[in-house]
Amino acid sequence: MSELPKARIATASLAGCFGCHMAILDIDERLIELMKLVDVDRSPLTDKKQFTQRCDIGIIEGGCCNEENVHVLYDFRRNCDVLVALGQCAIMGGLPAMRNAIMHSDAPLRECLDEAYITGKYIRNTTHQVPNDPALPLLLDEVYPCSQVVEIDYQIPGCAPSGDIIFDTLAKLLTGRFRGFEREMIKFD
Amino acid sequence: MDNRHAGMNGGTPPSCVAAPVSDTEIAEICEKYGNDKHRMLDILREVQDRYRCIAPATMDKIAEKTDLTRIEVEGVASFYSFLSLTPKGRVTIRLCDDIVDRFAGLDAVAHVFEDVLGIGIGQTSPDGAFSLEYTPCIGMCDQAPAAMVNDIVLTRLTPESARSAAEALKAGQAPEKIVAERFQELTPYERVTRMVDNNIRHAGEILLGPVPEDAGLQNAVKMTPAAIFTQIEESGLRGCGGAGFTTGRKWRFAASERAEKHFIICNADEGEPGTFKDRVLLTERPHLLIEGMTIAARAVGAREGFLYLRGEYVYLREHLEQVLEDRRRRGLLGQHIMGVKGFNFDIRLQLGAGAYVCGEEGALISSCEGLPGEPKTRPPFPVNRGYLGYPTVVNNVETFCHAARILDRGAEWFHAQGTEGSHGTKLLSVCGDCLNPGIYELPYGHTVREVLAMVGGLEAAAVQVGGPSGTMIARDSFHRKLTFDDLATGGAFIVFGAERNILEIVEYYMSFFVHESCGYCTPCRVGNVFLQKAIQKFRSGHANPEDIEYLKELSGTIIETSRCGLGMTSPNPVLTTLRNFPLVYSAVIKPSKDGIRDTFDIQSAIDGARKIAKRRSYIFDKDFTQ
Repeated sequence: MSELPKARIATASLAGCFGCHMAILDIDERLIELMKLVDVDRSPLTDKKQFTQRCDIGIIEGGCCNEENVHVLYDFRRNCDVLVALGQCAIMGGLPAMRNAIMHSDAPLRECLDEAYITGKYIRNTTHQVPNDPALPLLLDEVYPCSQVVEIDYQIPGCAPSGDIIFDTLAKLLTGRFRGFEREMIKFD
Repeated sequence: MDNRHAGMNGGTPPSCVAAPVSDTEIAEICEKYGNDKHRMLDILREVQDRYRCIAPATMDKIAEKTDLTRIEVEGVASFYSFLSLTPKGRVTIRLCDDIVDRFAGLDAVAHVFEDVLGIGIGQTSPDGAFSLEYTPCIGMCDQAPAAMVNDIVLTRLTPESARSAAEALKAGQAPEKIVAERFQELTPYERVTRMVDNNIRHAGEILLGPVPEDAGLQNAVKMTPAAIFTQIEESGLRGCGGAGFTTGRKWRFAASERAEKHFIICNADEGEPGTFKDRVLLTERPHLLIEGMTIAARAVGAREGFLYLRGEYVYLREHLEQVLEDRRRRGLLGQHIMGVKGFNFDIRLQLGAGAYVCGEEGALISSCEGLPGEPKTRPPFPVNRGYLGYPTVVNNVETFCHAARILDRGAEWFHAQGTEGSHGTKLLSVCGDCLNPGIYELPYGHTVREVLAMVGGLEAAAVQVGGPSGTMIARDSFHRKLTFDDLATGGAFIVFGAERNILEIVEYYMSFFVHESCGYCTPCRVGNVFLQKAIQKFRSGHANPEDIEYLKELSGTIIETSRCGLGMTSPNPVLTTLRNFPLVYSAVIKPSKDGIRDTFDIQSAIDGARKIAKRRSYIFDKDFTQ
C-alpha cells in the first residue's frame, strides 16, 4: 500500500437515536479496511469534542431540534469539505419531526412540552414542571432537516442505513468514485 | 390567501342564527330532488342557500333520505367552497382575488368592506348578517375588481362604490337593489347585462356575428348521424376548452359505444383565471349553445343532457332556465323535437359550487353524479364510460356553438377559416394591462403582437396565454401564433405591463393551484405547496443557484405523476417563466455563504423557546450574561 495521506472524517449525532452511529459499526470487519483509509477526528466514536483540524468528510446523524444541534451543524459545515446526511432524521427530520405535526395550535412548542412532561397520560413527573436547567439548549420552533439549515452534499437514506450502504458510499466517496446508489441498495420493500 | 378556508377559523363562529332547521323542511328539499343521491349537489346548495350552513344534524337527515352514509354527504359538503359546515352570514360577500383584480386595486376595496362591515376577510359578523371572504377568479377580469354578493355580481369596484355598496348592505338593503332599484321588474337577460358587461370588442363571422336561429338544427334533423359526424370532422373543429381534441371523433366514439343511454354534457365550468368567453356566450348566444347540444344529442343518440354551470355564474341561472323553458315551449327541447318522431332530448342545468377542478371532465362528471368533484382515472374515457357509466360527450360551451354553426354553413366554410390544423375562430378573453379588455373573436393564426395591437397593449412585457395552466411569454415571443400547434389557449390572454413583478404573478398562480387541488393524489396536493414555498424563497431573496434545478425537478415529478390535468399543468407558471424569463430568476439568486442557509433564521427559531424557558440563548445571544 502506498503512503497516501489518510483522509479525515468526523461524525456527529444531532436529533437522532444514535442508531445511525450503531449502523456505522455494522460495517463489521470492513472497519479495519476503512481505518486504513481514514483517521477519525471529532466524533462520539473517538470522544473528541472539537475539531483538531479540517476534515474531508463530515457525517451527520439526526436533524436539528435545538440550538445546540444548529451550532454543531454550523461547526461541521465550516470544518468539513463534504457533508453527508446519514439516515432519515438527518435527511427529513424523521421521528423527532413528528412534533412538527402540532400545527393547529397557537403555541405548538408549549403544547408539546406540556404533553411530554405534565399532562401526558403516562407521565410520572413529581415536579410537575418542564425541565429548565440553564445548561439545557433551547428547543427550536420545529425540527429541521439538516438540508434546511446548511448545504448538504450527499444523503444516505435508511432508518438506519445498512452497514453495506454506509461502507460502499464512504469507500466510493473517499476514492472519488461515487456515482449514486445502486437501486437494490435503496429499495426498502 | 391564508384566509381561504377561514370561514372556519375567523373569530368565534356565531351560533346558527337561522331558525333551527326542521327535519320536515330538509325532507321536503330532498323530496324535491326525488331523494336522489345523484342530485346531492342541488340538495346541499339549496340547504346552504336557505340556512347559510350545512349543520351536522342536517347531514344526518339528508343521508337518511338519500340512502347514503353521513360521511358520504359530508364528503360532498366539505369539498365545495360554496358549501360550508359552519354558519355563513345571510349576506356573503366574495371578493374576487385574482391577480388581475389585485393589480386593479382589490386591496383598497377589501379594506373598505372590512372597515364598513367591521369584520376581517374570512370572518362572519357575530350577528350572522355578513360573511366576507376571498374567492379565486369569478370570470370578471375584464371589469375587475369584482365581487359576488350572494348571487349578485358587482363589477368595476372602486373604494367609493364599494363603500356605498357596503353601507347600503349594512343598512339592510337587499343585494340586488345595489344593481338596480327595480331589479325584480327586469327580465332575466336585463338583470344579467345590468350586472355584467359583455365587452365584445371584436365580433367574428362564426359566433358573435349575426347568427340565424336554429338553422343548424334544421339541417341536422334531416341528416343521418354518420353525415353529422363527417361534417363536423371535415370542418376540423377541435375542442375549445383547452385540450383541443377533435370534436367529430369524440362524438363518433361515444355513438359507437353500445349502451342503454348516452349523455351530452356542456362544460360551462369556466374556471381558468382570466377566462370569461363562455360567460359572454352564455349571455348572448345561449340558444346557439343549446342548439349545438341538441345536434350532438341527435348525432350520438342521447336523450338527456346537462349544462354544468360554474357556481360563480349563478347570476346566469334564471336567464338560462328561461332559455331552456322557451325552447321546450317551442318544441326545440323535449319530446319529438322539431316534430321529428323519436327525437327526444332535454337538458338540466347543473350548478357547481366553487371548485376549479370540476372543469376537468372527469371531475365534472363526478360532480354531476352528486359526488365530490374528484377526477376519474382514465381510461376509461368519458366517451366510453362517463356519467353513471354511460357513454358521455363532454364539450366546452364554445365547441357546441361552433358545431351548430358548422351544421348551418357547412364544413368547408368553417375549414377555410384559421390555419392548417387550427380551423375556425377562437374567442379570446383579454384582460390585464391593456386599453380594451374584453372578448375578441378572431380566426386562429394571429400573432400575439397582432392581438396586442388590437387590444391596445403593445407596451406589454409579458402575456399569459391560456391562463396559469398555459404559457407565460415574454416580448421575444410575441411573434408566436395563437394556434393549437404553437400557443394553444382555452381563451385566456392576460396582459402584464413592465411594472408587474413576474415572481409575484407566479406565486399567486401557485397559491391558486394549491387552493384548487382536489387533494386526491400526493404529487399535486403536496408538490404544489413545495413549489409555492420555493417561489417564495426566490421572492425573499434567499434562493441559491441550485434551487433552479430543484424547481425544474419538482415540476417534472408533479407533471409526470399527477392523476389529472390540474397537476399535469400546475407547474406551468414556474416552468414557462423559467424558460422565458430566466433573468428574473437569476437576478435574485445568490450562492449561500459558507454553505449556511439564509432561509433558516436561528433567532426566530428559538424565540418561542426563549419565552417558555424565560432565559436567553447560551449560544446565540451575545448578551447572555446581561
